[in-house]
Amino acid sequence: MTDAASEPALPDARRREVVRQAWSVGVASGTYGISFGALAVAAGLDLWKAQVLSVLMFTGGSQFAFVSILGSGGLGEAPAAIATASMLGIRNGLYGLQTSQFLGVAGVRRIVAAHLTIDESTAAGIAQPEPRAQRIGFWQTGLAVFVLWNLSTLAGALLGDAFGDPRTLGLDAAAAAAFVALLWPRLRSRDATATAVLAMFIALVTSPVLPAGVPVIVSAAAALVIGLRRAGRHEGPLEGSDGSLPGSDPTP
Amino acid sequence: MTLWAAVVIASVASLLIKLAGYVVPESVLAGERTSRVTTLLPVALLAALVVVQTVVGPGGSLVLDARIVAVGVAMVLLLLRANFLVIVLAAGATAALLRALGWG
Repeated sequence: MTDAASEPALPDARRREVVRQAWSVGVASGTYGISFGALAVAAGLDLWKAQVLSVLMFTGGSQFAFVSILGSGGLGEAPAAIATASMLGIRNGLYGLQTSQFLGVAGVRRIVAAHLTIDESTAAGIAQPEPRAQRIGFWQTGLAVFVLWNLSTLAGALLGDAFGDPRTLGLDAAAAAAFVALLWPRLRSRDATATAVLAMFIALVTSPVLPAGVPVIVSAAAALVIGLRRAGRHEGPLEGSDGSLPGSDPTP
Repeated sequence: MTLWAAVVIASVASLLIKLAGYVVPESVLAGERTSRVTTLLPVALLAALVVVQTVVGPGGSLVLDARIVAVGVAMVLLLLRANFLVIVLAAGATAALLRALGWG
């Protein structure tokens, strides 16, 4: 458990910075719900089922795979759709091993935190040097993506493709850039850099031969290889960080 | 199986998988080697995700299009210590502009 009482308070400027970052990520990623809502309806789900998926499943990769398989294979493919969605959700379970460490949640809050554990909230949490900022980054980002993902799912299910492709606005590239910026401060640790490079290599090599979504899960092996190899050279999660966010003003 | 049943089963499975990461006893995660691995896990998964989002196209093929240029712009801005929002907006604008010009 984290001991919140013994932590120094987070300066207001830092808090605002983390919150602003969270909602930027929320807009870049959450808006993709428009595509999901439109695809779900095109695949034969109604608005309610699309919305329940965004509220209850709440993990984009799994949701897209689920409706795509049902859309092309029909109800007979439901077991395959459930299995694929679950397999793609494994990475959220792996994130939880780390996010649970800095969130220190129990009871209902633990269930809510688990539900909000996705790529974006995890990235925004581990990007922060201070424990308190990690929790604010996680919760605010999880909330921002949840709200915007669900509102845009509704819009996409109602209006279909009327909005056009979010890629026209470059939202896919904006989301990728947000992940790069969130990972950036972690790469001052040698182990983290080695892990990232190895994981990227695994993803590059396996993407052409493995089904979509699997390469990311296979890349978890990079953490095992680097983490178990460097016995006795422990680098804590915060080591190597000067406490500034990517792009933050270097002067206090 | 009805469509509703499939939606509910898949959603509950998703939540249970997420919860699994939170119910592993702290004693299991406390070891030095284990904590090193769990600390590096999100780094590995997110780095791989960036690759998929940047250079992987339909069917798993590797493609160089507007996304890699946009992420390149983001990395230059990161080196220049630009603001987070500026980085995200610049990457989106770069991809949007290149696509409007008919490339990628």
